[in-house]
Amino acid sequence: MSTLKGRNLISITDFTKEEYIQVLDIAEGFEQNPKQKILSDKVVATLFFEPSTRTRLSFESAANQLGARIIGFSDPGGTSVQKGESLHDTIVMVSSYSDLIVMRNPKEGSSRYASEVSSVPVINAGDGANQHPTQCMLDLYSIRKTQGTLDNLNIALVGDLKYGRTVHSLVQAMCNFNATFHLVSPVELKLPSSVKMSIKDAGLKYYQYTDLKDIIPTADIIYMTRVQRERFPDPMEYERVKDSCILTADMLKGCKPNMRILHPLPRVNEITTDVDKTPYAYYFQQAQNGVYVRQALMAAILGAK
Amino acid sequence: MENKKELVVSAIENGTVIDHIPTESVYQAIRILGLEKYKDEVLIGNHLDSGKLGKKGIIKIKNKHFSDDEISKIALVAPFATIIDIEDYKVVRKSNAEIPDHIENFVRCANPKCITNAEVVPTRFDVVDKENLKLRCHYCEKFTTKETIKFSE
Repeated sequence: MSTLKGRNLISITDFTKEEYIQVLDIAEGFEQNPKQKILSDKVVATLFFEPSTRTRLSFESAANQLGARIIGFSDPGGTSVQKGESLHDTIVMVSSYSDLIVMRNPKEGSSRYASEVSSVPVINAGDGANQHPTQCMLDLYSIRKTQGTLDNLNIALVGDLKYGRTVHSLVQAMCNFNATFHLVSPVELKLPSSVKMSIKDAGLKYYQYTDLKDIIPTADIIYMTRVQRERFPDPMEYERVKDSCILTADMLKGCKPNMRILHPLPRVNEITTDVDKTPYAYYFQQAQNGVYVRQALMAAILGAK
Repeated sequence: MENKKELVVSAIENGTVIDHIPTESVYQAIRILGLEKYKDEVLIGNHLDSGKLGKKGIIKIKNKHFSDDEISKIALVAPFATIIDIEDYKVVRKSNAEIPDHIENFVRCANPKCITNAEVVPTRFDVVDKENLKLRCHYCEKFTTKETIKFSE
């Protein structure tokens, strides 16, 4: 039985390195054999206070494959939330109807608060720009699967490193595994100093670049993110830098054979479609891995693994 | 002149004197300590000459002694304040305000998107840097600093 039974997953720092590994190992078992009806006596509530395609479907697919029943909503419209019910009351009520709550809510810190008022465990499926820990777990799973290890890797992070919450969580998690970080972004969207400080505190190294080409030969993982026009106060600035973080198939000549490209999706134009056919593209499998990781988390938290 | 001086420093028989408050923080200190609703005598002096601060504020509260928790709140706005307990016109205790490791309820999170600013959720912070006053919200994990700190009504 996992040590994760009855635990909440709100922030990536809630779990230890050993616990991440535990989840990844369980997820590997689900990849081999995804349809295990071990939660057939459980009810999972998926509360999505804002729309999400991939995350919600991935959680619901995972719960279904484990035989759990699902209750919840994909949009608060038409629920008591729209009538002005507080998050507190919604969570107290739903926790009396279910064994586990999966929640996405645009308010930052809402999942932590929900976990404090809920009588059943809560998994954070994204609380605004704050945390999205299951995305980070599936990123770790994808890195380990493609590289055979999480240790001593060269991780290139590309695009919006300032606002991208997936990037911040991945850095925090990979600081446990002696990674070297290569940071590629427009000057305006550099990694915040507090996140860089956590790299330094872990005794690890990072290098900053503005041109994506510079990191191609060294990277084991290229983690792409979207550079959004609305992040730039001056549209001219956006036009100037927007192409510096676009990855094309031509640029991949000279990369390491083991290199794989990840992206939390949705992609817009930052990875051109000709990359999809190369052996380095891994972003669609990465999304699929999300189902195994979420199966592992639900099974472990509900004491079935 | 003698009279004026007497008024400013007039002694209280029993209660607390909070000395060495930065002039801009006197009214914040009053609010944090809930003295607006206090029914006994409260004497407030501000822009008084101070060897330590140049100018300072001072608050005297009759028949009131503060808990350590309450004193630590003062430290957030007046890190150099001295808290003097008076009994029978004598100083019985003199202590300095110290910033606590954790703060609950009376500070607002500076992040407008934080759940504590959207619903009735008591705030909780870890103090990560006492010298520069940096608080990390227990809920949204964002920082509230000296520049952005606001207190609950």
